[in-house]
Amino acid sequence: MNALSGEIFPAPPVVVPVRQRRPLGPGKPSRNGHLLGPGLLLLYWAVLSATGWLDPRTLPAPWTAVTAAAELLREGRLQTNLAVSAARAATGLLVGGAAGVLLAFLSGLSLLGGYVIDGIVQLKRGIPILALIPFMVLWFGIGEPMKVAVIAVAAFFPIYIQTHSALRAIDLRYVELAETLGLSRAQFLTRIIIPGALPGFLLGLRFGATAAWLALVVVEQLNATSGIGYMVTLARNYAQTDVMLVGLVVYALLGFGTDSVIRWGERHLLTWRRTLGA
Amino acid sequence: MSAPAVRIRDLVRNFTLKGVLNGVDLEIAPGEFVALLGRSGSGKSTLLRALAGIDHEAEGTGEIVLPQRTAVIFQDARLLPWMRVLDNVVLGQTGAEARRRGGEALAEVGLAGRERSWPHELSGGEQQRVALARALVREPALLLADEPFGALDALTRVQMHGLLRQLSERHHPAVLLVTHDIDEAILLADRIVMLDDGRLLASLPVVAWEGRLGELRSHLLELLGVG
Repeated sequence: MNALSGEIFPAPPVVVPVRQRRPLGPGKPSRNGHLLGPGLLLLYWAVLSATGWLDPRTLPAPWTAVTAAAELLREGRLQTNLAVSAARAATGLLVGGAAGVLLAFLSGLSLLGGYVIDGIVQLKRGIPILALIPFMVLWFGIGEPMKVAVIAVAAFFPIYIQTHSALRAIDLRYVELAETLGLSRAQFLTRIIIPGALPGFLLGLRFGATAAWLALVVVEQLNATSGIGYMVTLARNYAQTDVMLVGLVVYALLGFGTDSVIRWGERHLLTWRRTLGA
Repeated sequence: MSAPAVRIRDLVRNFTLKGVLNGVDLEIAPGEFVALLGRSGSGKSTLLRALAGIDHEAEGTGEIVLPQRTAVIFQDARLLPWMRVLDNVVLGQTGAEARRRGGEALAEVGLAGRERSWPHELSGGEQQRVALARALVREPALLLADEPFGALDALTRVQMHGLLRQLSERHHPAVLLVTHDIDEAILLADRIVMLDDGRLLASLPVVAWEGRLGELRSHLLELLGVG
């Protein structure tokens, strides 16, 4: 204690309680926090089924799905149909994604490409994918190529749009930097353009994967002889609500699982990003 | 006298957002440290962008002769956020030899051991030091700096002044430092050049004012129209 201040200010110090200000940010994210919402929904469903509020003819209980799934697994129907569906979705996503990235780079990095490609894509965006199915059937038949093509088109748009807008949003200051450092075109592409567009591409991939599953559900109800959608359609004809439910749950798990895988990839590829949500 | 490192003849730039140039003549000797002063809109940044070759939007005429190895430091550190510090320093250069020299350059600016950090983990002053290392590693014969300390706090700025002076004495590049800070110009430069309305208004060797730096300061303020 300073002697001087003691003489001039003899009053005892006033103790002011320190109020902890509530932080405005959302706080530290938990690792598996995104499981909470689905968990609560499952609980709600289980309670409704157990108490009899939910007629099993409307929607069977969650445990019915488990026993039905076990039965389907034992017969081998679930895994074979699942493999067919997953292969379809993956092929479509791969084809659509590759086309999306390629065209996004062509239109994002060259003026002429932008005028030609982006104009067409924006025009086509107005047509719902599912409205294209009659034409797809006309062009590709009702077999496997049509199914993959519809999924590819559905996955193409979000991947193209997000990658393209990420490319367009790359900071001009980095372009200046590349010029002053004398980077070659290849170095400019690999050091600045691709890493700069990666977050946008990954976001597009998430939307694209969701779109692919959605398209899968639709095309598998069209003259399919295999796949989860076929299994569900068959079950509907025999009013097997439990099998229909299994199909639904499988779709949900597939969508959720794909999204988790992509988000995991995002966390590892974009370690340099420090944002509110990451 | 040896050939100048930089020769600018009758440089004219129109239609730029950052001010115009109406016929600028300037020579910088090898190893000479020149500070470029001027009010906002006087054409300081336009001149620097013309020398750096990044003024694609401008139209103009004139002659610029520059050394092959020219490095630029911007007001922001301009580090790529997706690359670690060392990768930023050696950006555009390949090979183990470049990485070794990059590490040395980082040690020179006092950031030894931070090679694997991400840019966002560094303070503003540290980021600007990485930018300095990125320029150094190219062993430039000319260093162009556009208000490189403008965004730093006063204390960090003083440290950076010392570092820049030390490095320019050791490596001897010709330097063109754009600044609006008179004291920074007096402290660092061999010669102070004043730009006004796109023309060179004055060229003052600081050594000629040795012992009368206060006078130089008031003179510069007068030229800027503040004194």
